[in-house]
Amino acid sequence: MRARAAAAQLALLAAVGFVVWYLASNTAHNLEARKIASGFGFLAREAGFEIGESPFLAYGAADSYARAIVVGLINTFRVALIGIVLATVLGTLIGLARLSHNWLLAKLAAGYVEVVRNVPLLVQLFFLYAVITENLPGPREALNPLPGVFLSNRGIAFPVLAPHAAHAWMVLAFALGVALAVLLARWARRRQAATGQPFPALAAGAALVLGTPLVVFLAAGAPLALARPELQGFNYAGGAVLTPEFAALLGGLTLYTAAFIAEIVRAGVQAVDRGQFEAAYSLGLPRRRTMRLVILPQALRVIVPPLTSQYLNLTKNSSLAVAIGYPDLVSIANTTMNQTGQAIEGIAIIMAVYLTISLSISGLMNWYNARIALKGARQ
Amino acid sequence: MKARLAVAAAALLASGALHAQSTLDAVKSKGYVQCGVNTGLAGFSQPDSRGVWKGLDVDACRAVAAAVFGDASKVRYTPLTAQQRFTALQSGEIDVLSRNTTWTITRDTGLGLNFVFTNYYDGQGFMVPKKLNVKSAKQLNGATICVQPGTTTELNLADYFRANKMSFKPVVIEKLEEVVNAYFAGRCDVYTTDVSGLVAVRASRAQNPADHVILPEVISKEPLGPAVRHGDDRWFDVVKWSLIAMVEAEELGLGSKTIDQQLASTNPSVQRFVGATGDIGKQLGLDNRWAYNIVKQVGNYGESFEANLKPLGFDRGINNLWTQGGLMYAPPVR
Repeated sequence: MRARAAAAQLALLAAVGFVVWYLASNTAHNLEARKIASGFGFLAREAGFEIGESPFLAYGAADSYARAIVVGLINTFRVALIGIVLATVLGTLIGLARLSHNWLLAKLAAGYVEVVRNVPLLVQLFFLYAVITENLPGPREALNPLPGVFLSNRGIAFPVLAPHAAHAWMVLAFALGVALAVLLARWARRRQAATGQPFPALAAGAALVLGTPLVVFLAAGAPLALARPELQGFNYAGGAVLTPEFAALLGGLTLYTAAFIAEIVRAGVQAVDRGQFEAAYSLGLPRRRTMRLVILPQALRVIVPPLTSQYLNLTKNSSLAVAIGYPDLVSIANTTMNQTGQAIEGIAIIMAVYLTISLSISGLMNWYNARIALKGARQ
Repeated sequence: MKARLAVAAAALLASGALHAQSTLDAVKSKGYVQCGVNTGLAGFSQPDSRGVWKGLDVDACRAVAAAVFGDASKVRYTPLTAQQRFTALQSGEIDVLSRNTTWTITRDTGLGLNFVFTNYYDGQGFMVPKKLNVKSAKQLNGATICVQPGTTTELNLADYFRANKMSFKPVVIEKLEEVVNAYFAGRCDVYTTDVSGLVAVRASRAQNPADHVILPEVISKEPLGPAVRHGDDRWFDVVKWSLIAMVEAEELGLGSKTIDQQLASTNPSVQRFVGATGDIGKQLGLDNRWAYNIVKQVGNYGESFEANLKPLGFDRGINNLWTQGGLMYAPPVR
């Protein structure tokens, strides 16, 4: 019996191996026959095209394809990370609003969910992009809602802190504050377990996280010089700019995914048995602590697995950026493929990157899920 | 968009042995020419109000169909963006790419394509709103520029600004409709593409064409023409000579309305051309009346230009016949 199973598996392995070999050799043959270049050598060549936004990595047309693709990757990460955070916050709020006893609020939230999740994301992106570019004035007639902030169809130009040595120290201080807050929370938990004495770890932690950089900031003489955007020639120079492409993509991804997350949160909270509320109240736990210590941990067990899918969806949906001109990984890889003709390599890079990102997100979320799972429960 | 590229890449992976069947035989047996065209560029390839594709590039496809089948209508069109076009041809999704595509050495050698002929000599230019009061491309430092990705335009643009020590912000949108909308909405100060594209877009999409000016600088050479896959010489010959026949017909004074009267012409060049003497068509693997069919059904190059580009305000310019001081020069059909 076991021998037969082993033989079957060997045969399957051989078949898969043959298919892979056939595809690879056939591709190599066809590429050769059609005189299409192959290999990854093109990555080191000069890209020759400019990229609209490359916030964390200096890039120019004289840089290599590899660097251009990294810029695309950073842009994908940027929009996906911020999108995940915003969609989670917004989705949770809407999900809770849908459970609210306030009739109007609940219906509004329900309406939002039904409308947004039933309109294709691509349509929403075109809509948002058109709203931004068609309705806002040109840079010379930009709206000026706050001093130093200019809103035009080129995006939002806003002042940023001029670089100062103290800022790096503030980042360090922030990290130190986070570390201290984590240690404090652990200590408080142990103490409460041992003595029953509660400690306001959350408030103290927040004070540490925010206070430590603040002390550094004040000690350095509060360096608050601003780099302000100013109209120079065609566009705003100085300060920072949030482009319409980025804003439309981020807005679209956030609004769309938030609708799904809202439903997941609602389902998660509703999945917790009413008896759990009643049991917590009868033990004398106040409402907020009931939520935090009894309801949320149980709801999260239901919420986290589908939430992971939404994070993955958001990240992959960010490739719709192509349609509205945000230079994400796919957009730049497409251009690279087109200039070099090496579609197979380009698609392979895109696939490898999305696979890596997706597996990382799901690995992280699985780890988190295991952490919040019922201790001792069967997985 | 991605789906199509992925499918094309998969087709490259999986397509069978290459030389099993030549493209000409494949086209004959399926009964139509699959032609890759622009998603909608007035004058070159755009569906009219009844959904019939019209334009100079469309006429190139129709000429090939007329030569192969004796029926110019046996074409199916695949609208492609600039980014999709080469993969579509490489993978065999289309038989001919006729999509205002610039002939360059990289595309001829590295991409596995063969450009057959130039059906429009062009160069890259810049269009700006008149109210910006810009007189020269040299004044565009710091401008935001709308451009389509995966084009020679995108590369020439970067080169030009680098060479002139200027900077710009690109807004790169794949679909022509969207990138043009972004320009007219004011997202960009400048729209750049081949001058023919600028003229066509200004004439067909601007609310008031007089509000936009095309700057005098032409920063590149853009010979536009159809391309086929590398390695199939018979098909290459068919497509190449179908285009040349249109230019030769104009030079011989043969047009769609007059060619029937010329059938009895004693001019040996005309006799060879219409297939009354010789066996040029057979040598191409086609009917001997291949060229007659092209001119009768599609027209000569000048007629195609008049019908498609004249109404948009195009001038023959360097696209006139060599005998009229232009660059259109057909190798002898003999």
